[in-house]
Amino acid sequence: MLEFLHRPRTRAQARAAIILLAVLLALLPFLVEAGLGRSWVRVLDFALLYVILALGLNIVVGYAGLLDLGFVAFYALGAYLYAWLASPHFGLHLPFWVVLPLGAGLAGLFGVLLGAPTLRLRGDYLAIVTLGFGEIIRIFMNNLNAPVNITNGPQGINLIDPVTIAGVSFGKTQELFGITFASAHFYYYLFLVFTLATLFIAYRLQDSRIGRAWVAIREDEVAAAAMGINTRNIKLLAFAMGAVFGGVAGGLFAAFQGFISPESFTLWESILILCMIVLGGMGHIPGVVLGAVLLTVLPEALRYLGDWQRAALGEVVVDPGDLRMLLFGVALVLMMVYRPEGLIPSRQRKREFHAEDGVAAQEQASLYDSRA
Amino acid sequence: MATLLNVNGVSKRFGGIHALDEVTLAVQEGEIYGLIGPNGAGKTTLFNCMTGLYSVSRGEILLDGRPIHNRKPHVIVELGFARTFQNIRLFANMTALENVLVGRHVRTHAGVFGAVLRDAGTRAEEAASRERARALLDFVGLANKGRTLAGHLAYGEQRRLEIARALATEPRLLALDEPVAGMNPAERRQMAELFQRLRAQGLTLLLIEHDVKLVMGLCDRVAVLDYGRKIAEGAPNAVRQDPTVIAAYLGTEAAA
Amino acid sequence: MDIFVQQLINGLVLGSIYALVALGYTMVYGILELINFAHGEVTMMGAMVALTVIGLLLGLNPELSGLLVVLAGVLVAIPACMLLAFTIERVAYRPLRRAPRLAPLITAIGVSIVLQNAAMLIWGRQYVSFPQILPQQTYEVLGAHITSLQIFIVLLCMAVMAGLWLLVQKTRLGRAMRATAQSKEVAMLMGVDIDRVISATFVIGAALAAIAGVMVSAYYGLAHYYMGFMLGLKAFSAAVLGGIGNIAGAMLGGLLLGVIEALGAGYIGDLTGGFLGSHYQDVFAFFVLILVLVFRPSGLLGERVATRA
Repeated sequence: MLEFLHRPRTRAQARAAIILLAVLLALLPFLVEAGLGRSWVRVLDFALLYVILALGLNIVVGYAGLLDLGFVAFYALGAYLYAWLASPHFGLHLPFWVVLPLGAGLAGLFGVLLGAPTLRLRGDYLAIVTLGFGEIIRIFMNNLNAPVNITNGPQGINLIDPVTIAGVSFGKTQELFGITFASAHFYYYLFLVFTLATLFIAYRLQDSRIGRAWVAIREDEVAAAAMGINTRNIKLLAFAMGAVFGGVAGGLFAAFQGFISPESFTLWESILILCMIVLGGMGHIPGVVLGAVLLTVLPEALRYLGDWQRAALGEVVVDPGDLRMLLFGVALVLMMVYRPEGLIPSRQRKREFHAEDGVAAQEQASLYDSRA
Repeated sequence: MATLLNVNGVSKRFGGIHALDEVTLAVQEGEIYGLIGPNGAGKTTLFNCMTGLYSVSRGEILLDGRPIHNRKPHVIVELGFARTFQNIRLFANMTALENVLVGRHVRTHAGVFGAVLRDAGTRAEEAASRERARALLDFVGLANKGRTLAGHLAYGEQRRLEIARALATEPRLLALDEPVAGMNPAERRQMAELFQRLRAQGLTLLLIEHDVKLVMGLCDRVAVLDYGRKIAEGAPNAVRQDPTVIAAYLGTEAAA
Repeated sequence: MDIFVQQLINGLVLGSIYALVALGYTMVYGILELINFAHGEVTMMGAMVALTVIGLLLGLNPELSGLLVVLAGVLVAIPACMLLAFTIERVAYRPLRRAPRLAPLITAIGVSIVLQNAAMLIWGRQYVSFPQILPQQTYEVLGAHITSLQIFIVLLCMAVMAGLWLLVQKTRLGRAMRATAQSKEVAMLMGVDIDRVISATFVIGAALAAIAGVMVSAYYGLAHYYMGFMLGLKAFSAAVLGGIGNIAGAMLGGLLLGVIEALGAGYIGDLTGGFLGSHYQDVFAFFVLILVLVFRPSGLLGERVATRA
């Protein structure tokens, strides 16, 4: 998707491509609204949100090779912090540019707190521990409404302030420069800015000393340590970076929805984000973007399955919402078995997943002894 | 000459097995020191203890007088002790140049903010790293392989890339675990010549090797390990004639 | 004091069910070093299948003996789960045996999602209730209540575990399993058919899971398409607590976790001055899991495995 940016044939061609892409991205919500209706603009907003989340998780899973199944916990922390500081729940109404960084910081802090004791664990143990962490956070959100009402329990927090920039509230439809912007349009542009910033950061990190250290750890942790990489700190950094992106996305989500509840932060949300990465191509930014967009848009498209059923059979036999997760599950298995490198893999991953012998993996497993 | 590496009475047990038993040796600055012995004698175990991959059960290891046993591997690298692996452990899916750049990690400092903002300092550091990495690839004879994935390199090239990667950490002491295993005589000569050049630059080399001819021709001193014990140490020619060494190597045949 | 005894009894009952499920995790992990994430869902399927059979039988003749009906349900659920586990291993895990570590874990999650949603489509989103057909007598022990169902569950679980122990220690298959767990290569050289042993391990674990599934739904009086998730996580925590890969460890870990949970739920209110209540019961398993992995990754009875790279 973004691949052509890497290999422009000529400078002029590259510039033309970028300008074309920019115009397309700028007009997209209006094109989509004209073609598919306003509800699809919201889908577009969610697609961008998931791109941010997927890029964040990709740092942890794709680069550093740490399977984090509790990613949604950081998303939840960002969202809840936003709700606490900008809603009638506590009567606080701080502006979003104060709340978002705080949410990012809180999520990053929790990332470090969780990662510090657990990152020395082997990959699959880490997966389960992070999963447990995600569940703990969710259980607390569900139950911390008594005796002191902190989270408002399963009902969640309502009436969260929309983002307001230069006096323009993103929460309502407004006319600017003679164009009518709905809330979904405003958030599209806001999310686009954040998405582009995330992409920029992800690319810069990838091509840096830190990014190389992450990949080295993923490739061979023992060799990475023997080459002078402080594996514990560098893994912790990946974990914290991922968490920060999760926290930012959570804040954006809370402002966009105006309402949050523990229901939005289940394990399946973590798995959905993981699916996006796996589907697109772990560790490869264009693949991750594609995966996030596809898995946001496809389930929406699946809603038409209900209409087709009604048209063909006179009633909705299988709720498409129910079918959605089932198809995700099947897709995960099929992808891992037949195309583990994802739809657009990086050159490296492709080789890795199709390597013939597991010798290196075994040796790696047997070399580190009791400490580490 | 000053002593660079001291191994004092180091023992390593795995369960009930003594993989290393009271091993003591000293490597002088600027020499090529060989570590030989039959298979399973504990040579690689000793390497792993020295470089922080294994803890030691007893004894101490000093690099330039500073204890390094039971320290983290990356700390030991930072103190100037790098290594290669017997069964080549490159980052197979990174390019040769990237592999060497990973070796620069410990001598560079750019953090997340540097990486994202690419300030002047970070750019300069990165450029210097790349220049140095290219020079090292050139030094080991892989000048035109920088963009090749490490996993796609020929076997001998992988061995040399591993050395370049270790050199990128700017070690004072470089430990090589069977660096010429599986190579043909011409390649072995090239490697021996490479080691001489490294020594000429002031680097101290510690070498595990099976190729007795190479060891004898190259090393200033050798130590012989057998069943986790040091059974001999000294100039190659003296060690070669040591009856215990002959017995250890020829073992059953001598008895028969 | 009677709260203590009561919670201890409740914990032991629940714990013996956890132990049965934990055995499935630990056996597979011992041989393949794979966390069979879908095992909780196999347990759920066991409960669902048994409940369907029980419902059918009671529909045919409501006068049937409750114990016999439940037994029939279990006897259908066991082969159903075995077949399911056999298929899962074949389709989702075997093709990935040489793949990087995370790959089979991701397919395991996929299988888990598929089973859960398939169950939802088949049995619906509602709770399925377990008919009150088992004898429910209450006895008093040290000021606490214990029902005949609780006694039955504990005894059945103990019997099944004893059977498994004999199987692993005394039979040819058990020997082959132990050899494979030690080293696949050596076992193969000794003429063990690794693929068969792996299949057998999954299938045996599934049989235990089926029994556990029926027991847990009988105990709570209901079953639900989502029940396998939490049960599976807790059982996995129990396996880790005991030392994953270690059969005795899974049994011990299961019982211990059940007791920790029950006592924790019973006393958390007092301990936090009423700030946290018994609905935090589910949190204990995760805290135990995290604490064990951080401070004693080998578990109570296991060898250290967690720090291998």
